[in-house]
Amino acid sequence: MTERKIRVLIAKPGLDGHDRGAKVVARALRDAGMEVIYTGLRQTPEMIAEAALQEDVDAVGLSILSGAHMALVPRVLELLRANGQGHVHVFVGGIIPEQDIPALLAMGVRAVYGPGTSTQKVVEDLRAAVLQENQA
Amino acid sequence: MNTLAEEVLAGSRLALARLLTLIENGDPQGEAALDRLFPHSGRAHWIGITGSPGAGKSSLVNRLARAFRQPADGSPPRTVAIVAVDPSSPFTGGALLGDRVRMRDLSGDPGVFIRSMASRGALGGLAHTTPAVVQALDSAGFDVILIETVGAGQSEVEIARLAHTVIVVEAPGMGDDIQAIKAGILEIADILVLNKADLPGAENALRTLRAMLELGSPRGEAAAENEPPLWHPPLVTTIATQNEGIAELMSRIQAHAAYLRQSSGWQARDRSRLQNQLEDLLQAALLKRWRTSLPEGRYQQILADLQARRISPYQALHHLLDETDLPQSFQRGSSALLTS
Repeated sequence: MTERKIRVLIAKPGLDGHDRGAKVVARALRDAGMEVIYTGLRQTPEMIAEAALQEDVDAVGLSILSGAHMALVPRVLELLRANGQGHVHVFVGGIIPEQDIPALLAMGVRAVYGPGTSTQKVVEDLRAAVLQENQA
Repeated sequence: MNTLAEEVLAGSRLALARLLTLIENGDPQGEAALDRLFPHSGRAHWIGITGSPGAGKSSLVNRLARAFRQPADGSPPRTVAIVAVDPSSPFTGGALLGDRVRMRDLSGDPGVFIRSMASRGALGGLAHTTPAVVQALDSAGFDVILIETVGAGQSEVEIARLAHTVIVVEAPGMGDDIQAIKAGILEIADILVLNKADLPGAENALRTLRAMLELGSPRGEAAAENEPPLWHPPLVTTIATQNEGIAELMSRIQAHAAYLRQSSGWQARDRSRLQNQLEDLLQAALLKRWRTSLPEGRYQQILADLQARRISPYQALHHLLDETDLPQSFQRGSSALLTS
């Protein structure tokens, strides 16, 4: 009877008020058979890490359009690690300048998706990452 | 000794979250941990919140959780776990679990634990593993467990078999009085709430619900002599977004808990819940065992005969039951085992 579902938290940290992108991704992951926990706008890193813990998610997707990614993302990663969830696959979407991407990846973000990324790509990356994590 | 269970009992939220996942996935490790935890369960007040989609269940749950955390009467705060169930897509098996959006006020409070669950194909408004998940939270020591069902219509009444107290939430404009009379969901209410009471049509809805309650009869829990009078489900009006009516709803919830404890209701519900859980587990396990005992390919063959209309559904059933080596008593009247 063992059936494993991929659980993903989709969160919008920071103060910008547009969550259309986050909703499109949430819907695509749902349509790919995943269980998507959607938390809504204006989440603090603390709220995101707490939800990730309680929901025991495999992945956290952060949608950031405000430009505050270099402040918000490291804080989320730090809190996840502090909670014993360093294994969680963190990906970032939104408006992220090209030059910031290497730094984000170096911090532990697994993928950064800019505007125009196909949702299929996000789904495939996530499936592969969770498969790898489970075999590890 | 079960490490996961020990960690849960020691208060680890990470271990608790892991355990809930194992339970949801039907993992044997989860079952083993529950075996160890079960003696610690049976203390919490299980409160179900059900009602139509959009009636305001999540907002109400949010307010109730806050009220339990900061009681208006100055009593000590109670710890609260929330299990919020949303539907899985019947086509993809995926789910969008959005109840946390309305519960952001509760963030940062170590006395609150929120878990979203997908229904995973179950039809009664909960997931098949919701009872075990709630049991785990109960064992972990939460005082109150709020169980929010899938947005429910007329037959999603599983919550009545699970909770001590069932709150049915309605909102204005959800249907006429015939809908109210036929709806099974109103029958299961221990407390009926008309939320969004500031919307147009609230007066009408209130009148309809009140009339419906008057038509109904009070509910008793195996009333014996010397027991208090039967419970009359009260009707409470609320505006959850403005925190209006929450104090009254809280006092009705406390009154229902007191009623259950004075009558034999608390125990009666606990006992019937455990019986239901056993029977559900038994059904699933017997079905699985029976399927594995069938000769390879036989099921597909009989199904094909049925789909080609060579045999009737009942003939197909008896062919299948005759194939297996189950005892005779199980083959004849296959449901008798479970209902006796």
